[in-house]
Amino acid sequence: MKAAPVREDFREILRLVRPGARVLDVGCGEGELLDLLAREKGVDGRGIEISAEGVSACLARGLAVVQGDADRDLDSFPAQAFDYVILSQTLQAVLNPRHVLGELMRIGGQAIVSLPNFGHWRVRLDLLAHGRMPMTGSLPEPWWSTPNIHLCTLRDFTALCDDLGLRIDAAARLSEGRPARPIDPSRPIENWRSEAALFLLSRRDGAPGPGVGSQKSDLFE
Amino acid sequence: MSDGDIVQDRAASGAAEGGGIMRFPAEAVLRLESGARVHGLEVAYKTYGQLNADKSNAVLICHALTGDQHVASPHPTTGKPGWWDKMVGPGLPLDPARYFIICSNVIGGCMGSTGPASTNPATGKTYGLAFPVITIADMVRAQVMLVEALGVERLFAAVGGSMGGMQVLQWAADYPEKLFAAVCIAAAPRHSAQNIAFHEVGRQAIMADPDWRGGDYAETGVRPEKGLAVARMAAHITYLSEPALQRKFGRELQRDGLSWGFDADFQVESYLRHQGAAFVDRFDANSYLYITRALDYFDLAAAHGGVLAQAFRRAREVRFCVFSFTSDWLYPTEESRAIVRALNAAGARTSFVEIETDKGHDAFFLEEPVLREALRGFLDSAAQARGLT
Repeated sequence: MKAAPVREDFREILRLVRPGARVLDVGCGEGELLDLLAREKGVDGRGIEISAEGVSACLARGLAVVQGDADRDLDSFPAQAFDYVILSQTLQAVLNPRHVLGELMRIGGQAIVSLPNFGHWRVRLDLLAHGRMPMTGSLPEPWWSTPNIHLCTLRDFTALCDDLGLRIDAAARLSEGRPARPIDPSRPIENWRSEAALFLLSRRDGAPGPGVGSQKSDLFE
Repeated sequence: MSDGDIVQDRAASGAAEGGGIMRFPAEAVLRLESGARVHGLEVAYKTYGQLNADKSNAVLICHALTGDQHVASPHPTTGKPGWWDKMVGPGLPLDPARYFIICSNVIGGCMGSTGPASTNPATGKTYGLAFPVITIADMVRAQVMLVEALGVERLFAAVGGSMGGMQVLQWAADYPEKLFAAVCIAAAPRHSAQNIAFHEVGRQAIMADPDWRGGDYAETGVRPEKGLAVARMAAHITYLSEPALQRKFGRELQRDGLSWGFDADFQVESYLRHQGAAFVDRFDANSYLYITRALDYFDLAAAHGGVLAQAFRRAREVRFCVFSFTSDWLYPTEESRAIVRALNAAGARTSFVEIETDKGHDAFFLEEPVLREALRGFLDSAAQARGLT
């Protein structure tokens, strides 16, 4: 369920990921991002994808992808198996976002998470003016068919990160058709003007951060 | 092991199709997991395609319980097409124009490899139950001997479904350095209580047949066909899903009205009877006992401290692709997920696809376009990575 602004996501992720890193893309679709990361950054990429068609497309691209979903299948990966775990426009669609976010930080040195912002001014205005669930570029479907079952605002998300002891190493505002722009997500104005946002996260307790994943991947817990 | 004195009966040597019986010299002993030894091992096999100059294009196909080496050519007894002709052949994912494809009859089998119907060199008589109990690991060891004797040091891939998938997992655990890629379809990392239970029904049916004679029926000229047919009937049910049975047969009758007796009134009864009767023409009852036993003894984690991931710890460089079928209740998707979890935990390069189908366990050799195309994608990209054209 890669909702709109997709290309900006990818470009920003490409910028953040170190060359040669071990990357897990959760909800990797047909593998466009993994393919891009492999070609441009030489990453060792793996994916999780919910649909058999998506996995088949990934296999044909030579990617290693497991059919599964974020809610259920992250637990099979050992701690710190990856340098980066990517969850692109998916956190709002999982059953248990808090658990999933915790799992991302367990198996990856850093997590790259993007999500639509329910605090965007257009969303707020829409709800205020019409009293109905907003439909915008980032949230294009009516409430009864949307896969986005756990919507949150930037403030909600940063509060959850805080709660889980996560540090936001970088954040960027994503708008349709425009390049990603770095933001300070704690500023209220960003919660108004970001249609979607992307975060680079690591654990505040300083435990394994970037770079150690591949060395210490002796993978038995 | 020595492969110096190997006698090969290569049919049409140099042609695209080959094979015969690989006879290992008496001193090339196959040590079995039980501690027993097999001298003078014979392995019946078929090959398709040619081994390339750098010997990098060999694919081993591992067959299932009642399968054999005739993977893509007609069965010598039944004349039916090869059991995996949907996957092996020109233009198919396993194309002999690209790969040197090897398929051998498992030891314990009855299609030419050493098994309970072979002659015991110690007595000069048919083994019968004097044949030692074998395991999946023993089958794989014999395959390793064959593959080496064919001049292949490292396989491009080992591919198998059901029991064949278990052999592939065993290859990955025991000989990871000899594998570039591994494909495991509709298999399990161990036999469950239910799996063992169904096999026990089959074995008891065979052993209850008076013609079985404690396994020494070879000299009598009469085989325990009734028992073997019942074993096949029970097992065959486990290969099909309920929806597939319902779709195929429902409660349809053979003829108008009930017989008010015990003839095959229902089409499903007649179908199962036919399956049983056809099976005894091509399979040996003792082989059925031995191979089902090997399956029941299979528990890949057990040999590795009960941790399946440990079995794959040396297989990190192997490219795995695991497939399961939604309606397979013999080896359900959960079993394949356990394999995938262990492979992930071991850090292996793993892919997994659950194919949506209502055809049950047997889907692996039936027409399943999603399986075929996913396997094609996996093998093609692996071949590219291996530098095969």
